Amino acid sequence: MAWRKRIVPEINAGSMADIAFLLLIFFLVTTTMDVDGGIQRKLPPISEKPSEGIIHKRNLLNVLINARGQLMVQDQEIKLHELRQATVDFLDNNGDGSCSYCEGIGLDNLSVNPQKAVVSIQNDRETPYRLYVAVQNELTAAYNELRNREARKLFGQGFNELNSAQQGQVQELFPMKISEAEPVDL
Amino acid sequence: MSKFKKKTGGGTPAISTASLPDIVFMLLFFFMVTTVMREVTLLVENIKPNATEIKKLERKSLVTYIYVGKPKKQYIPQVGSEPRVQLNDAFARVNEIQQYVITEREAINEAERPLMTVSIKADEDVKMGLITDIKQELRKANTLKINYSTRKGEVYGD
Repeated sequence: MAWRKRIVPEINAGSMADIAFLLLIFFLVTTTMDVDGGIQRKLPPISEKPSEGIIHKRNLLNVLINARGQLMVQDQEIKLHELRQATVDFLDNNGDGSCSYCEGIGLDNLSVNPQKAVVSIQNDRETPYRLYVAVQNELTAAYNELRNREARKLFGQGFNELNSAQQGQVQELFPMKISEAEPVDL
Repeated sequence: MSKFKKKTGGGTPAISTASLPDIVFMLLFFFMVTTVMREVTLLVENIKPNATEIKKLERKSLVTYIYVGKPKKQYIPQVGSEPRVQLNDAFARVNEIQQYVITEREAINEAERPLMTVSIKADEDVKMGLITDIKQELRKANTLKINYSTRKGEVYGD
């Protein structure tokens, strides 16, 4: 039984920390806290017949983006940074006075109320994707601005802090209706 | 005389570093768990456009990615320099998207299929024509929830 007496030499664990550090640094470098996010949209089903016909002209905000990256809203050329306010004005217009929470001044060429307001985007095949996303972003920002305002009025909190039922309630005040036409040459 | 004799030559006691490996291992495991090795190798240039109103995609398992952009330099001799679509690890034609998305949808369990989202990771220099074609394919595949993947940043660049 000679093997019982053999002394097992102690392994020096001093460099364990170094090894662990090495691995740690490797994972630190390769880690991408990949939070993919973006602008979410819902496409219309393909079978659906276009129902554009029943939308009154004043309830439609036409946003045209051409190949050279110019924007046209309601037959006027505007800059990208003006789009947000133009959209807010359009949605919040309260043309028929039926919208109790709107703060618009009721111009007669903008929407009658937010429930009926539709934003229509039309782009060229040559339109840069960057600009298209920027326009989508501005439209989203306009809706978010109005929803935030209503969320504060009703619940005293920003839209993102509300629970899902409350969010649904606020969403209904300003339903997002963005329609996209088939691309044409602008 | 004094009872409180000042200790001489004490210095600061050495701090035991015995638990240092434990701490480091803890961090190590954290990063090991959170690390996502990029699942696909990008064959296309992919600088995402800026946006400010970003919503995070929550359920990773329900998201399918479509990469769009100009092929990277080393692939230009084979496929040309026009923007292309990349599905998984290969270039694809636009008309292959429908089949791809349907296959991906089959892999998701039935109850969650309506929640499936397609994230379009397109380069900011791509023209809308290609994006529109992709959207049309997605409509054909009846996958209607989409996400335009973006970076956080100001949109009024130029």
